[in-house]
Amino acid sequence: MRRLVNLRPGRMGAFYLGALPFLLVLLIYLVASDLRLAANPDDKLLPSFARIGAAIADLALEPNVRSGELTLWVDTAASLRRLLLGLAIAAVAGFGFGVLTGLVPYARAALAPFIAVLSMVPPLAILPVLFIVFGLDEVSKIVLIVIGVTPFIMRDLAMRVAELPDEQLVKAQTLGASTWQMALRVVGPQMLPRLIDALRLSLGPAWLFLIAAEAIAATEGLGYRIFLLRRYLAMDSILPYVAWITLLAFGLDLLLRQLSRRAFPWFQPAGQRA
Amino acid sequence: MSRIVARNVWKEYGDQVVLERVNLDIGEREFCTLVGASGCGKTTFLRLLLGQERPSRGELLLDGRPWPAEPGPDRGVVFQRYSVFPHLSVLDNVLLGLELRRARLAGRLFGAARRRARDEAGKMLDAVGLGAARDKYPHMLSGGMQQRLAIAQSLVHRPRLLLLDEPFGALDPGIRADMHRLIVGLWERSDTTVVMITHDLKEGFALGTRLLVFDKPRLDAQAPEAYGATITYDLPLGKRGAPPLETLSAATARTAWFQHDMAAVRSSAAPTK
Repeated sequence: MRRLVNLRPGRMGAFYLGALPFLLVLLIYLVASDLRLAANPDDKLLPSFARIGAAIADLALEPNVRSGELTLWVDTAASLRRLLLGLAIAAVAGFGFGVLTGLVPYARAALAPFIAVLSMVPPLAILPVLFIVFGLDEVSKIVLIVIGVTPFIMRDLAMRVAELPDEQLVKAQTLGASTWQMALRVVGPQMLPRLIDALRLSLGPAWLFLIAAEAIAATEGLGYRIFLLRRYLAMDSILPYVAWITLLAFGLDLLLRQLSRRAFPWFQPAGQRA
Repeated sequence: MSRIVARNVWKEYGDQVVLERVNLDIGEREFCTLVGASGCGKTTFLRLLLGQERPSRGELLLDGRPWPAEPGPDRGVVFQRYSVFPHLSVLDNVLLGLELRRARLAGRLFGAARRRARDEAGKMLDAVGLGAARDKYPHMLSGGMQQRLAIAQSLVHRPRLLLLDEPFGALDPGIRADMHRLIVGLWERSDTTVVMITHDLKEGFALGTRLLVFDKPRLDAQAPEAYGATITYDLPLGKRGAPPLETLSAATARTAWFQHDMAAVRSSAAPTK
């Protein structure tokens, strides 16, 4: 018998093993739901799949009685717009400042301590400030995501720049590169896949900030909806919403990973090197 | 005129003396190899030549003018590793130097200027034998090919000085011999002065017109950092003639590591003759 560490599942084996926990959770839910519904057919806590399916159809396909809109899609569009806008602004700011502080010692000396302190401010603690300053509309929610995510991206990229071998920067100078050209042709391009990595890691916090802001003040959005539905104990709608948010987050992550692989064939993350 | 002049150059870090009393005069089109034990200041000297460091005392002149305070396009360099840019294709790596010098703001050439630069870069790649690999990325190349690329990248805009920091130290012996032929061939066809650091004495002899030995002439066992290294031997080499091994051997009797290496050179040279 070989050691456990040397045993590897085949392709199909890995697939089935990966699916197993999902199936187990589903099974446990089904059994528990059935038991509760057998005791009380009006139980709202663990609705049957039929109830959930009906709720999904209602939210996604039936126009809302009052607004005439398809609730799920309106919520999704609103939330994604805030999330992507916030992430895009954070990516641009984080990239610019990250490369700047990583490459230019004077910029680092001036900005690094400030950013280090700034990144310790809990973003949710200043959400009230944002609501006061920017109002309850879109801006405050997007700013919350930007404030929450930018310092991380900035510091991560500054560290990645510092990790570049000194030889590369000296070499660039012997090719005649100015500081600007080094940022433009040597450091910047090499930081783009790093930026995507940082964005992927920021997706979780970004969703957290989005849902928190929507839960407190919004008129549509995925986070707003689940907190609204909570008042009616509408688990049959909340559960598919949570699953949908998860799926969106997963999809965004997958998209970024594919983008990194397609756009930067030269990039070899550690551990995947040939 | 002399390309490199060093007059009584010292380099100290606090109490630690790394280099002392370095006097040197290297002419145009010379191929100098610097040998010495590790920790004897070879790399510090190279950093002085690159402009990454300044001498603590003394004077360093490039073509008669004070040494530039930072690395620049008049001095090309090839390091042992990390000399090429991983995010650029082989062709773009060579093209980069031309683009940086011709497009100060955009750092990129377009249209006819780009085509001209591509032709130049392509010729340079052919000269180092990488013509067929021009669209590959560096991580797809072997170590020897990466160093060929680094050399092409440095030579494409004809620097006055080419600095090589153990460029072949990580390569297999067979590949290394190819690289020696390549670098000597390129140097003979250019008007570049080459300064190459190596810890391999044999390589120092095989290449170049001049061999410089860095060593510490004084050693205080109680304070090993009190005295620095300097150029202890400065030997002109016949271009293809037999190296004056015996002369050197007699002259270097004081230096243990050198004796050891000399013995190795002699024993490896003997069977081939």
